[in-house]
Amino acid sequence: MTDPLPGLTGFAEVLRRIGLGADPSRAQAYLEALSHVDVAEPGQVYWAGRLSLCAEPDDIPAYDAAFAAWFGGTPPRVTSNGRTRRRTTVSAPLVAPVSGEGSEPAPELHVAASDAEILRRRDVTALDGAALKELLATLRTDPPLRRSVRTRRAPKGLLDPDETLRELLRSGGEPVRLRYRRKRLRPRRLVLLIDVSGSMSPYADALLRFAHAVVRRSPPSTEAFTLGTRLTRVSRQLRMRDPEQALAAAARAVPDFAGGTRLGETVRAFLDRWGQRGLARQAVTVVFSDGWERGDAALLGEQLARLRRLAHAVLWVNPHAGRSGYAPVQSGIRAALPHVDRLLAGHSLATLDELLTEVRRA
Amino acid sequence: MDTPGELAAALDRVGYLADEGLATAAFLALRMRRPLFCEGEPGTGKTALARALADALGTPLIRLQCHEGIDAARALYDWDFPRQLLHLRALEAQGRTEGAEAELFTRRFLLARPLLQALETPGCVLLVDEIDRADDEFEAFLLEVLSEHAVSIPELGEIRAAEPPVVVLTSNRTREVHDAVKRRCLYHWLEHPGLAREVAILRRRLPELTQALATQVATAVSRMRAAELLKPPGVAESLDWAQALLALDRPVLDVEAAAITLGAVLKYREDADRVVAAGLDALLA
Repeated sequence: MTDPLPGLTGFAEVLRRIGLGADPSRAQAYLEALSHVDVAEPGQVYWAGRLSLCAEPDDIPAYDAAFAAWFGGTPPRVTSNGRTRRRTTVSAPLVAPVSGEGSEPAPELHVAASDAEILRRRDVTALDGAALKELLATLRTDPPLRRSVRTRRAPKGLLDPDETLRELLRSGGEPVRLRYRRKRLRPRRLVLLIDVSGSMSPYADALLRFAHAVVRRSPPSTEAFTLGTRLTRVSRQLRMRDPEQALAAAARAVPDFAGGTRLGETVRAFLDRWGQRGLARQAVTVVFSDGWERGDAALLGEQLARLRRLAHAVLWVNPHAGRSGYAPVQSGIRAALPHVDRLLAGHSLATLDELLTEVRRA
Repeated sequence: MDTPGELAAALDRVGYLADEGLATAAFLALRMRRPLFCEGEPGTGKTALARALADALGTPLIRLQCHEGIDAARALYDWDFPRQLLHLRALEAQGRTEGAEAELFTRRFLLARPLLQALETPGCVLLVDEIDRADDEFEAFLLEVLSEHAVSIPELGEIRAAEPPVVVLTSNRTREVHDAVKRRCLYHWLEHPGLAREVAILRRRLPELTQALATQVATAVSRMRAAELLKPPGVAESLDWAQALLALDRPVLDVEAAAITLGAVLKYREDADRVVAAGLDALLA
């Protein structure tokens, strides 16, 4: 193998800083791939890197940009969207907490069971970060279950021919004991679609923290997306263990925080890119939104009907639904309501707990 | 084959047109002896690539179709219990049950499933199709076979591949495959081909198709992909469509021919309705 050109080594460093090829085995694969191609040809260099360093389609634009920038002569900016550095202490909410309906300042916290109960019923926007974190930890976030195609041994159930034969073999061909199997239970997929547009921004931080708690409980079977003017998948970010780090990563990934709402279009993007392929199939899907739709409400209705046909259950959570005098009059929610299994409130920890119960029961 | 270009030419000879990216991906997979992980829209030729690779290399293709609940007994090996039982009965009848255990668990009574077959067939192409359909537990197990090129059977010992197979994994992204699997692979994302390449693919696969008709089909399909459909047609669908037109002896794709053959390319009622509502003449213009 010839030594990779100095320019290529520099490129690898740039890629590492934007988070591609950060792990040694990928970096090694990259160098190995380079040794097999003609490094004088830009196309070959491009493909050697893309094939060995990218792991999913979302990585490709970043790689393309880095490639263009490096070989075009200007190094890519790596300061603002670089990989997360570990933050240990800061607990900053994504949005400033808005005081609740009465707009009285949050009272001093006396740690006692009854206080916790009051806090559980308080609107999450009136809670401070520490209290919210504490309360989120008390939620029961077990995933919903479904029956798997796979079976496991059980004292009764369906006859297990393989095991029975094996048993027969052990006893020299005499049918001594019959063996049985039963279907296993597996987590059912749960998909969270969180509206982060302007009208929902007071709740965005709390809902993403809630999503983090749910995703962490059962990462492979839980997916989270944000809706706004565009669709962003935040499951990967929310899988990080540390909530602050996960939230910061999610915030960086979402370009349209507190922007407009095009619910119909983003739900359609979700179904086109993810849902129809299988992510929403037989899944419990929860939409967190107040139903303010800037776009065409008919489109939202159409897309939710499509979602309803794919999913096991569709739940709609509206933080405003918990307020007295709430009526589902917003154009979006009126279009969506016929295709939704349950409309729930989600403004407090108690109501989020109820939501989780509904999810398990769905 | 010493360059990606030569591999592309070899694939071309067996009827598979690979662009530079795909040819480089396959070339590196062969050279680096790493599995190639292909993702992309359905109908972009992920499975066909494995088949073409096997044809071009002149080796057998062994396919493992993944599905929910797939396990070692269905992917790797299983013991042939009925035969073992019969053998045991025969031994009993001869009155020699002594040492029957050792005789029963030999290679003779082992059923090789695709993964074991691939390990035992030197230089073959192993296609692990739609790995996203298998459960995540299965990945851990597949990982072991892919990285060690060997499998250990408790009763029999280790079976190691003399020559590791060329492995192609495909996924439709219904869920995210574990990073540990991807890390051992080269990753390639397949796109729908451009117009010129699609015309070339159509003509290569269906030699009796005229250039004019192939161009018409490819143009109409690329317009369908741009219209927001539930299931944009892939290359597989354009091939189906062209084949349907050939079967009906239609030399030209006009509005009438399109109307009667639309079911070959659009598989959802909503999609067909949308395309018809937008006007078939606009699609074909």
